[in-house]
Amino acid sequence: MPQRSDPAEIAVAFTRILRGAGLRVPLSSTHSFAEALCAVGLDERSGVYWSGRATLARRPEDIEIYDRAFAVFFEARRSTSEPDEDEPLSITIAVDADDDAGDDDDAGDASDDPTIELRFSTTEVLRHKDFAQYSSDELVHAQDLMASLRLVGSPRSSLRLGPAQRATARPDIRRMMQAAIRSGGEPIERHFRKPTTRLRRLVLLLDVSGSMEPYARALLRFVHAAVAGRQKVEAFALGTRLTRITRELNSRDPDVALAAASDRVIDWSGGTRLGDGLRQFNDEWGIRGLARNAIVVILSDGWDRGDPDTLAAQMERLHRVTHRLVWVNPLKVTPGYAPLARGMAAALPHVDAFVEGHSVAAMEELTRVISQ
Amino acid sequence: MTPSDVSTALSDQGYLPDDGISTSVFLAMTLQRPLLLEGEAGVGKTELAKALSAATGGELIRLQCYEGIDVAQAVYDWDYARQLLHLRAAEATGETASMTSDALEAELYSERFMIKRALLRAIETVDGPPPVLLIDEVDRADDEFEAYLLEILSDFQVTVPEVGVFRAERPPLVVLTSNRTRDVHDALKRRCLYHWVEHPGFEREVAIVKLRVPAVDDGLARQVAAAVEALRELNLYKPPGVAETIDWANALGRLGATQLDEKLVTNTLGTVLKYREDHQRVEQHGVAAVVKQAFEKGLLHG
Repeated sequence: MPQRSDPAEIAVAFTRILRGAGLRVPLSSTHSFAEALCAVGLDERSGVYWSGRATLARRPEDIEIYDRAFAVFFEARRSTSEPDEDEPLSITIAVDADDDAGDDDDAGDASDDPTIELRFSTTEVLRHKDFAQYSSDELVHAQDLMASLRLVGSPRSSLRLGPAQRATARPDIRRMMQAAIRSGGEPIERHFRKPTTRLRRLVLLLDVSGSMEPYARALLRFVHAAVAGRQKVEAFALGTRLTRITRELNSRDPDVALAAASDRVIDWSGGTRLGDGLRQFNDEWGIRGLARNAIVVILSDGWDRGDPDTLAAQMERLHRVTHRLVWVNPLKVTPGYAPLARGMAAALPHVDAFVEGHSVAAMEELTRVISQ
Repeated sequence: MTPSDVSTALSDQGYLPDDGISTSVFLAMTLQRPLLLEGEAGVGKTELAKALSAATGGELIRLQCYEGIDVAQAVYDWDYARQLLHLRAAEATGETASMTSDALEAELYSERFMIKRALLRAIETVDGPPPVLLIDEVDRADDEFEAYLLEILSDFQVTVPEVGVFRAERPPLVVLTSNRTRDVHDALKRRCLYHWVEHPGFEREVAIVKLRVPAVDDGLARQVAAAVEALRELNLYKPPGVAETIDWANALGRLGATQLDEKLVTNTLGTVLKYREDHQRVEQHGVAAVVKQAFEKGLLHG
């Protein structure tokens, strides 16, 4: 531990390290940490460790960062796992193309980066891509979608009661009392209540694997429009792992939001393990409440390298708790596309509605399906 | 008071905390801050609040959150039936004739006709130790309610327009739990100390079983804890929590078991695993393998 003994100084210095490591630490938490250190004392490692964890970490994901920073700061240990978050994201994509001459020089440059194959192809066409750059055309396009999506989602009945115009089985005694006082204590006016309705939660799962690469951009924009335009929307990116991108997409400014989401998702155009990703979603979010009684939309082409049985089992699990499970497949408009992808075939029996295509019309169809 | 005092006090009430929990509870008490607990179902989040109440002697006031919960259900409501009765009685005795409608209203909306719900009761002045307020599954409530909660938890006071301000002289010990079905708002989290509750380690789980199910002997307790540990490694939909371990030990105790065997595990697996798919997964893996693991680990340390 550095030669400091003032809890306030230690707290400030350590929170600066934490912020550097990517944790959001508000000033009030630094203050709490200092207070906690005063209360627990600096004598024991465990006391210091838990004081910091209780005051500075706020979600399970924070704990790993916290542990690393704690080791560096208090135990003067070099962090063992190489943190590479600061490096700009660079992914190499291999596209299944016939004409790949002239790309050989690129291949040399990019040999250290992870190489990802598209559609089970072994042909390698290498190129770099910045997912956060979008044209102004697409921006206009997305705003149209946003307007239509705001209306989306079939409402459900809420436990909350609101005023009713007609006589119902539930008298509104509160309002009757108030009216009675006005009329000298005589309850003459009758008032009633009825259940109100509220929006259903909408959960969007966007496949960001390699085979979805041509569509993921446009669809992410669509997802952003949904998240920013409506309450109770959750968004996840499904690739080799599951990433929650609701927070990142919450910004009104599409450019800021998309850049933030692109940064968050580290497996863009990676392999496809839909079944495992869905399982993670089910285990960590969906079954415990997020997907219950919600409308869940999966935006994916159904290409899956994992076990189709896993995907089918996870789809079945998910279907059991959702209100509606919708699958949007951008590939189906391709002539000659039957559900070739084994994953798609495995998932289909558990889907309430299947929407094909990636055009604006398809998105309109999706909004219609969702509001049923 | 130190974290280890907290640990001792909780252990006396049948709750064995690890260092993290006892430090967090100690901080919640000394800094007078709410404690937000997150973790898998069945790791003992709610149980901690109960043990705290027993240890401090403060009343346990529990608010179970659900969607649509509002101020009338969580803070206070008016007893309309009594208000109406009072009104009719006042009318019958001719009292109302001499009263202005303002005076009548003031009389009807007084503390006497209030129904105090959990949050208001928790900040009311009490004799004796301050109560333990358990706000269970806060993630189930709506955002609007969360904002209201934030207000109460920052100042420990409630304003009732018709009556006035209720303020806690000594703030209650507040424990919030969340299952992470959605993110609790950052502003609320900032008010709280945060603790992620993990499944206990093997030795602590054995100790918990022995403490909670005294009828079960040492050997069986070790085997049960080891078997549960083996089950947790099977990649199940719902890995069993401590609550299930205790249930299982209890069930085995009632059956008069002294050690695990294949038949016993098969017959009582329903106390531990609550999904059909998980039962199938265990069958696939082999009940015998689980029993074997339980025996090895149970003996190794025993």
